[in-house]
Amino acid sequence: MKEHWIILGASSSIARAFVREVAHRGATLTLVGRDADDMSATAADAKLRGAAGTRTLLCDATDAVSRTTFLTQANLPDTALNVFLAIGSMPDQDAMDGDPALLANMIASTYTGPVALLQGLVPFFESQRSGRIVVVGSVAGDRGRRKNYLYGSAKAGLARYAEGLRARLYPSGVAVTLIKPGFVDTSMTWGMPGLFLVASPESCATTILKAADRGAATVYVPFFWRYIMLIIQHIPSQIMKKLHF
Amino acid sequence: MIRWAERELSSWGRVHKAQCLAARPERHSDLLSTMTDSLAMGGSMLAYGAGRSYGDVALNSGGRSVITTRLDRMLAFDSVTGLLVAETGVTFGEILATFLPLGFAPPVTPGTGFATLGGGVANDVHGKNHHISGSLGHHVEWLELRLPSGECRRLTRVESGPLWRATIGGLGLTGLIERIALRLKRVPSNALKVHKRRISNLNEFLVAFAEHAKTDYVVGWIDALARGSSLGRGILETGTPTNLGIEPSNVTPRRMPFDLPSIALNSTTVQAFNALYRRHVPSAGLERTMHYAKFLYPLDAIHDWNRIYGKRGFHQFQSLIPYEAGETALRKLLECVAQSGQGSFLAVLKAMGERGLGYMSFPAPGYTLALDFPNSPGVTTLLTKLQFITADHGGRVYLAKDDTLPPGQLPAMYPELEEYRAVLAEIDPQGRIDSDLSRRLGIRKRSS
Repeated sequence: MKEHWIILGASSSIARAFVREVAHRGATLTLVGRDADDMSATAADAKLRGAAGTRTLLCDATDAVSRTTFLTQANLPDTALNVFLAIGSMPDQDAMDGDPALLANMIASTYTGPVALLQGLVPFFESQRSGRIVVVGSVAGDRGRRKNYLYGSAKAGLARYAEGLRARLYPSGVAVTLIKPGFVDTSMTWGMPGLFLVASPESCATTILKAADRGAATVYVPFFWRYIMLIIQHIPSQIMKKLHF
Repeated sequence: MIRWAERELSSWGRVHKAQCLAARPERHSDLLSTMTDSLAMGGSMLAYGAGRSYGDVALNSGGRSVITTRLDRMLAFDSVTGLLVAETGVTFGEILATFLPLGFAPPVTPGTGFATLGGGVANDVHGKNHHISGSLGHHVEWLELRLPSGECRRLTRVESGPLWRATIGGLGLTGLIERIALRLKRVPSNALKVHKRRISNLNEFLVAFAEHAKTDYVVGWIDALARGSSLGRGILETGTPTNLGIEPSNVTPRRMPFDLPSIALNSTTVQAFNALYRRHVPSAGLERTMHYAKFLYPLDAIHDWNRIYGKRGFHQFQSLIPYEAGETALRKLLECVAQSGQGSFLAVLKAMGERGLGYMSFPAPGYTLALDFPNSPGVTTLLTKLQFITADHGGRVYLAKDDTLPPGQLPAMYPELEEYRAVLAEIDPQGRIDSDLSRRLGIRKRSS
């Protein structure tokens, strides 16, 4: 059966790079997101680069009606379903302090929306009894940091969700891979101060697809973030609370 | 919302660095925002592609830069007509890699596959097949240009209006090129039959170019340090499409991981390199079948090769001399270089075909000579001399590579400069789109 990838958050930098990776090997693609023009450009590009077929579906992950509409259209007969999710927003934390609506929207787009979408797709995977789910989390979810704990907490929640989903779908033979990107050169990180060892979305996408193919559980991209985060995870709380990073 | 970041952007020659506010839109709607933002906040803006232009044509110090590399999607392809519609940041190498398996190739490509299509249009680039195929503008059916006013115009080659002619080879000063429709050419396979032979002097080169007027790809590599009776010696390389393809080799490009110390390149080492390069071709010549990518982009196998010139960077000088004055001028240029002892690796000589479609297009019938010089003391004097020789013989320098031309020489080299200026004055009276090159050459100052 033809490999089918649903790309949730198809306009994100990492998703676009991932689309090219799977297009090269002739997969069928469903691009899902809010920017119809942008998705149709990505779809056309994927088709020219080898995708067997493409379609785009409009969906706002933060909107329940929109999610329901998407879920009714998600599956494609005679294809093997896989999902790649890269949805989220990372507004300036200070801005969220003064704007509860912005905070709520960040949580809806980074945590509750993605969870609802994936949860809605579970029945497809349970009846298909195979497939891969890739969830793009963040190293920000590994610790609560002074500067980024709001976004970090949403990503931490997403990580726990992915862990539970993995256990739920294990009997069905579905692999759930949680990706924890470090600094990646995306539109989200463009112009942010203090970045180092920044990786390209292309190299991340290559790593991600390999990890998904072998059914890896949790993967840091680039790989060395595993060690950076290992150190950070071992900072005692007594010290962590005094740090300003 | 578009985020502007303070960045130092560099030219490929690395002599020039520009501090600017840079945005890197990924979506078409973001591209629009960069334009509205710039208009709202004042100052000048300019598109910056892959950073492969040698001089300051793509730099905008103190202004805004819109980096186009993420607008890199191919949008439509018609396999009957070969018409490809693509976003501005798609590279020539990506086009080749995508369409060669389908039997199509870019009709014209510069010597690196990393350059963007938009940058190619803005500089009306040419390749080793210029004598047959002309420059890039000849193969662009239409393009969409975002004017400084925010308005989007579709310009077509068929109409070839003033704005079209000011945009093809227009140095990026008419606006942001958003989408380009390029007619790809059919190729019988993914490979070329490549022939190389030694050439012992300039005269022999010119005869060879005449003999190969109908060969698809023709280029000469010159040992610019050779003097006397060997002046202009080098290697002639020709390529012809072949029906038999080859297995594409998956060679991982190597990187130049550090800057070579300045001392590494001097006239002795370059002389030795040039001599070795010439001898790698046996006196009987050699013939082999080569993949298009390897033939078209020999230097792309080493990423960041510009670092071999060290931190100081290098200049590239490329001039075009009309055929009538060609031989005399080439002789003078080469003598001037050889006398200076300034090492230039692999100077490139080529016979060119029809003139470009833009007011400021570089290509025209004549010989073109391209030389690299490390940015060492004395190089400016040499470049000035080369510019004068070029001007004296009715030639011009290639603005995509230039960084030292005095403004006074521009009008004679580009006779349609006033037409170009008139279009800029009309569409952008306040000079909202500007570049270091434009300011250096006083492009916006009208003489009338």
